[in-house]
Amino acid sequence: MASLTINGEEHELKVPGEMPLLWALRDVVQLTGTKFGCGISECGACTVHVDGEATRSCVTPVSAVDGKKVTTIEAMADDATGKRVQQAWLDLGVAQCGYCQGGQIMAATALLKENPEPDEEQIREAMNGNLCRCGTYNRIMAAIKRASGGEEKA
Amino acid sequence: MSQDREMPMIANVSRRHFLKGLAASSALVVAVRWDPLLAEEEETQYGAAAMPGGWVDNPNVFIHIDADGTVTVVNHRSEMGQGIRTSLVMVAADELGADWDRVRVEQAPANQEKYGNQNTDGSRSMRHWFSPMRRAAAAARSMLEQAAANEWGVPKEECRAGVHLVRHEPSGRELGFGELAGRARELSIPDRESLTLKPDSELRYISRETGMVNGELRDDSARPPAIDGDGIVSGSAVFGGDVIFDDQLFAVVARPPVYGANLKSVDDAEALKVPGVVKVVTIEGADPPAGFEPLGGVAVVAENTWAAIEGRRALSIEWNLEAAGDNARYDTEAYRKALEEAAQSPGKTIRESGNIEEALEKADRRLDATYYMPHMAQAPMEPPVAVVRFKDGKGEAWAPVQHPRATREGVAGKLGLDVEDVTVNVTLLGGGFGRKSKPDFVMEAASVARQFEGRPVRVQWTREDDIQHTYFHANSVDRLEAGLDADGKAIGWLHRTLSPSIGSLFAEDPEHKGGFELGMGFNTMPFDIPAIRLENPKASAHVRIGWFRSVYNLPHAFAIQSFAAEMAEAAGRDHRDYLLELLGPARRIDPATFNDEWNYGEDPERYPINVGRMRAVVERATQEAGWGRELPPGRGLGLAMHHSFVSYTAVVMEVEVQDDGGVIVHRADMAFDCGRQVNPERIRSQLEGACVMGIGIALHSEVTLSEGVVAQDNFHQYHIPRMEHAPREVRVHLVNNDPNAPMGGVGEPGLPPVAPALCNAIYAATGQRIRQLPVADQLAG
Repeated sequence: MASLTINGEEHELKVPGEMPLLWALRDVVQLTGTKFGCGISECGACTVHVDGEATRSCVTPVSAVDGKKVTTIEAMADDATGKRVQQAWLDLGVAQCGYCQGGQIMAATALLKENPEPDEEQIREAMNGNLCRCGTYNRIMAAIKRASGGEEKA
Repeated sequence: MSQDREMPMIANVSRRHFLKGLAASSALVVAVRWDPLLAEEEETQYGAAAMPGGWVDNPNVFIHIDADGTVTVVNHRSEMGQGIRTSLVMVAADELGADWDRVRVEQAPANQEKYGNQNTDGSRSMRHWFSPMRRAAAAARSMLEQAAANEWGVPKEECRAGVHLVRHEPSGRELGFGELAGRARELSIPDRESLTLKPDSELRYISRETGMVNGELRDDSARPPAIDGDGIVSGSAVFGGDVIFDDQLFAVVARPPVYGANLKSVDDAEALKVPGVVKVVTIEGADPPAGFEPLGGVAVVAENTWAAIEGRRALSIEWNLEAAGDNARYDTEAYRKALEEAAQSPGKTIRESGNIEEALEKADRRLDATYYMPHMAQAPMEPPVAVVRFKDGKGEAWAPVQHPRATREGVAGKLGLDVEDVTVNVTLLGGGFGRKSKPDFVMEAASVARQFEGRPVRVQWTREDDIQHTYFHANSVDRLEAGLDADGKAIGWLHRTLSPSIGSLFAEDPEHKGGFELGMGFNTMPFDIPAIRLENPKASAHVRIGWFRSVYNLPHAFAIQSFAAEMAEAAGRDHRDYLLELLGPARRIDPATFNDEWNYGEDPERYPINVGRMRAVVERATQEAGWGRELPPGRGLGLAMHHSFVSYTAVVMEVEVQDDGGVIVHRADMAFDCGRQVNPERIRSQLEGACVMGIGIALHSEVTLSEGVVAQDNFHQYHIPRMEHAPREVRVHLVNNDPNAPMGGVGEPGLPPVAPALCNAIYAATGQRIRQLPVADQLAG
């Protein structure tokens, strides 16, 4: 049982406190943009923001987000930075299968909020926990730079 | 459609029949028969024509125009990241003249009789479907023009389709596609012979360079934009696990730890105490050869995935390992050694020319090397997952599958239904790479759903399930021996390849590679050497062996392209020059002369082994990479070339090996020739992705087994590339964009030369040869 805000809406989750936020979002709230990839915080597909911080929802029990604000990929368009990141993703054709990209965008958005103009090393460090089996890393790097203003906008 | 092959290829079809699954207010539906290319293909049975379902006489590509002008294109191939939903729809939109903003895609359910072959595998979608899709669109365009001509009472020749409208050229009058669609529907569909395809100069999208080109953005973004782009970046795109119903049940399955083992007993008392667990049921498995059948085991069915996972943890299961026989003693390290030993002795001869014994005997210099590539898991980011509902005598599945037909058959089998009573809805695939060619996971869901009639059941594989129970990439030992004359020229080549065969999945273990496996770069090896012998000694299978992106091309390319570099070194020659000399003069080789009757299913006349194209990609990649340039200490350039899926790839990697053995890829230059390039933007993305996956294959990815059990269970143990492993710069050089060049594959052929190019670069940087993959910590200390 937990009370939290998800994308601006109040939710009372009647689930065991130890249930990972990932499964509460996907199976209970039926917000499926947050993906399951590994379950052990190794791949980043499940990344959400908890009070603005990039968080692996697959290892975050619901009890730990009681009273907090959770933001998922579904609400990124309402966020100025998130929207810029999404647009950069589209402009550069980053996605292949797209499964990991929600998590990538959540991680990238959190990075840019904290560090609006990261250099390549900082991007690599921040994004290294987000796996992409299609191998879109070069375009992810370019898209983050584009969204950061490190590169001229179109 | 008529069953008569004499019928025109494009014909009127029952509107009602085609509207199944389409929006209700359709006005125009055009269907085209499977492959309208050439009648001869029916006899020769190559290419599209040779695929199951390829020549059924039902049409299978649809274009549908609503009265409001919305154009719906039905895509029947599975989208797994290669971009086929964008690219095939783009082909239709371009030929039709549709405004991209008014085009939508509809994913076809599994129906081979209706759509033709849907097995999205073998890098075939575009090369098999470009022509049918264009002709469907050309027929629709012709009908819209005729409708406009009728409306205005003018000759059709005076009416031309522009972008989403038809214009009467002399008068300048215009009517939109939507306005014309209703009338166009009443017209008879033109026969194939009367169709005119647009000249290339009038195409807006096909074969246009756009989007990201080697780090630079053209046109502000890709044109057209990816059809699923908005859904992907906003989280609304629907993958397999995103299908959810209010009355859905959630299951995970405990499977036998060893291939061939089965359930002895299960105690579910503790599992049933887990809040949310509904029931524990067993799933029947098949004994080896298991084919696409589930492995069997115990399913924990719950109200949510987490409860199911917790319930599974609480199960107490005893497995009958004796049933697995030898598989329960399978140890990959011992197996590798046994294959290396077996590689010392002759095996089944696959191809022979000249006298290899004599050539090696008289050689001035002999060298040999043995290479190993381990088992790997495809590990798509979306683990296998499927939803199945069994209700009112019908089955319905929602699943990310590469092979909709096999899925439909498999689900029907599990539900005890006729195929016609099963609907398979194909979702987006969160990566496939061959894993989702096998519908075992959907069949598991069907087995469980049958026990919960009326309710949808999702079976979710965890990452541990995926890595431990996939259909593994075959491990492989390749031993090569070469004789060089006094000038360093190669005069003899002996190659023995040993791998378990995918054939073992479907029948008694053949212990030898099949034709399609050998044809992946082993017997198709093109080197111009007077004496060649290729052998395939026995190797048995102890796990489920299955397709992994580019399949047996991986070990063959790794061994052959590594050994070519070793030969160059032994000859004291530059690797590039020596590789070109090994390839010999530009020539077209009939694969049959190499005992390859397969040729990726393509006509050997249209698709010979083309050495000129191999030379060209080697020359282009090395030129772009600045082959031979000076590099700082610790860095090296490595080269490899491979021909697969009737395309040609050469790769040059610039690598730095750090003091601690870490490898940084500074730059990759990939030259790629796939004939006509339909969507260069997605071709580039496929090659970039192949480069990253290839780096993972070279450096990190390995599945090992001991006592038949997989040792790795998640990404902390089974390593795939992260951003830090990606090249600092990757450049893709597309060559031969000849509109008449036969089209080759794209999804897979970028991958095979990456690992050998990287390992050759490591040698250039350090003097250390990598003969066993992955590199892992071999460079440390």
